[in-house]
Amino acid sequence: MSTPETEPALYAAREPVFPRRVKGTFRTLKWWIMGITLGIYYLTPWLRWDRGPSLPDQAVLVDMANRRFFFFMIEIWPHEFYFIAGLLIMAGLGLFLFTSAAGRVWCGYACPQTVWTDLFILVERWVEGDRNARIRLFRQKWDAEKIRKRAVKWTIWFLIGLATGGAWIFYFTDAPTLLRDLVTGQASMIAYITMLILTLTTFAFGGFAREQICIYACPWPRIQAAMMDEDTLTIGYRDWRGEPRGKQTIEGNGDCIDCMACVNVCPMGIDIRNGQQLACITCGLCIDACNDMMDKIGKPRDLIGYLALTDETRERAGLPRKPIMAHVFRLRTMIYTVLWSAVGIGLVVALFMRSPIDVNVTPVRNPTFVTLSDGSIRNAYDLRLRNMHGEEAQFTITVTSDTNVTMSLEGAEGLTVTVPANETMSQRVYLTAAPGTRAAVEDRSDVRIWVAELGTTNRVYHDTIFNGKED
Amino acid sequence: MCAKPLKKEPRQVETTGHSWDGIEEWNNPLPRWWVWVFVGTIVWGVGYTVAYPAWPLLTEATPGVIGGNTRLDVATEIAAVDKSNEAIKAKLVAADLTAISADEELANFATNAGAAIFRTNCATCHGSGAAGVEGKGYPNLLDDDWLWGGTMEDIHLTITHGIRNTTDKDARYSEMPKFGADEILDATQIAQVAEHVLALSGQEHDATLAAAGATVFVDAGCNACHMDDGTGDRMQGAPNLTDAIWLYGGSREAIIETVTYARFGVMPNWNERLSEDEIRAVAFFVHSRGGGE
Repeated sequence: MSTPETEPALYAAREPVFPRRVKGTFRTLKWWIMGITLGIYYLTPWLRWDRGPSLPDQAVLVDMANRRFFFFMIEIWPHEFYFIAGLLIMAGLGLFLFTSAAGRVWCGYACPQTVWTDLFILVERWVEGDRNARIRLFRQKWDAEKIRKRAVKWTIWFLIGLATGGAWIFYFTDAPTLLRDLVTGQASMIAYITMLILTLTTFAFGGFAREQICIYACPWPRIQAAMMDEDTLTIGYRDWRGEPRGKQTIEGNGDCIDCMACVNVCPMGIDIRNGQQLACITCGLCIDACNDMMDKIGKPRDLIGYLALTDETRERAGLPRKPIMAHVFRLRTMIYTVLWSAVGIGLVVALFMRSPIDVNVTPVRNPTFVTLSDGSIRNAYDLRLRNMHGEEAQFTITVTSDTNVTMSLEGAEGLTVTVPANETMSQRVYLTAAPGTRAAVEDRSDVRIWVAELGTTNRVYHDTIFNGKED
Repeated sequence: MCAKPLKKEPRQVETTGHSWDGIEEWNNPLPRWWVWVFVGTIVWGVGYTVAYPAWPLLTEATPGVIGGNTRLDVATEIAAVDKSNEAIKAKLVAADLTAISADEELANFATNAGAAIFRTNCATCHGSGAAGVEGKGYPNLLDDDWLWGGTMEDIHLTITHGIRNTTDKDARYSEMPKFGADEILDATQIAQVAEHVLALSGQEHDATLAAAGATVFVDAGCNACHMDDGTGDRMQGAPNLTDAIWLYGGSREAIIETVTYARFGVMPNWNERLSEDEIRAVAFFVHSRGGGE
């Protein structure tokens, strides 16, 4: 155990990070990704999709009250929740795939924490100036200028948070109606509470917690190491080229001039030259900063760049690095791709094969049969019939079997029932076998219950069992 | 890309002494905000025990300063549900018994409420599936055979006043004589009439004995209640002897036992325990299980 000179503190304050502005390939890429992801997030609830008079016209809607999920032309019912589960599995496998190929690209480019922090830093820079101005302001006393700048910055942050929390609840109910209700104070308390919580978390996470979330709160950085190997691309510093760092005028020095540009632009406040580390989200901004500097001093680019552990060995030995594609296409990523595609294809097939009528037949087991006064045997079945259309529909229920059983419905003359639009109907169905017939005396007979929608060709069946009275 | 830091960390960090493949475990200080959140949760936890019932005393627990707890919440919510059901209950009580099924909302409510009432009160004898106990005198409510009638009005009356109880003067009442125990018929005659009953219901029987039994059936007055053709009389709760359903068993032994000692099935009057809307709901539930007339 190594002991430092002084007793270590129980806790340490966060060291503030003041990322400097940077331009370059990765910064441009990040601006685009930010624009697209935020655009999707804020605008999706406002897209309309006509589904007829009795269904909501919001393109993407999680309708909790009616237990329905709408996604453009797709409508998911609670019994089809496996679609959502499948999508989540695909999201997980996709994350594995990208991580094994290119490291923490999710963290660096697409994670909401990163995107919103980036947006908040943009606001911060716009209000308070770039790195040096912000450090100055940080050290400054709370005079009028500091109060004004902080107030402006926090107000904008808060408004962004409000829009973020607001957009979230729009996914759960009709957005235009809810916006009007929110403004006029008529929305439900749960809407306001959800919005407030998300506003405050956005404000706190994007404005103040920032890299602390990635380092201390997020489980993903801990898990991802399992998907990475020596061929995974990640951001690294070519110390064999850069060291020893220092003035270029001194003979024997490497390409790194120790300008600290890579450290100053880092939103995580780390030094990439110490090697790949837990706090690095691989956002690529240090690459941009270093390339910019290398261009200025006339040295080759990519002193910091995307490379894999295997590249280090090769480059140290004077060999060229492996091509990017050789890193990306390897057994591990192939397996993840195959798994991901298999789930995806399965979901698409299931989506097109789903029946427009959903029928569930449960034989009543208590009792399994009833003896009627003429000695015939009757079985009861609880039939749940979902009408997944936008309008009322009539269904005819019939039975086929190689024994003679007759059908009747509880509370209905004939064999036709009417199910209101978008509703599930519970109907008790009786099958009766005459005394002495095979179905009446055999323990179990197979029967098939058919449901056909009147006026269409939609027809589905459900196989079940008829219980007889064995002597 | 290098595995080890090139420069010494400016701050010396204590290590735990653990080392795996040269990777050491550092003992970095906790983030200050984390420590404060931790302290905050403790303060919150203590506050919680003050606000809500928590600390055990000798006979009960501290009530909590905000005076609320989850049991009260449940009571409040039940009261709210009861209140929200008041209108439909009133509608159920006012409705014509035979018109309930036509009103979808009312029928739905009656079925669900009735099912709950049935499970709580009726399932003890009639079984959770309403199938009764065959041969033991607990009627199956799912079949199409009714001792006292299977219309909504009949079922409603039976549940309201019960059968052969001493607590309701309006209870349905009838009593079969103990033909054997009271020495109205001798063993031979009972055997003969039992054979006749087997014949009535189309079971295997001795034709000679049954023919003699047909005379006994009339002489002993069985036909007064069970009718000449044995089809019974619902006004008196006299069972139909010609069908396939037997409350106390249809075998020769069971019939002889019934004729000898008679049967006296009792059902309580539910008007003292259930409200009118509850009786109507459970009557509708029973009526809609497949046997309703």
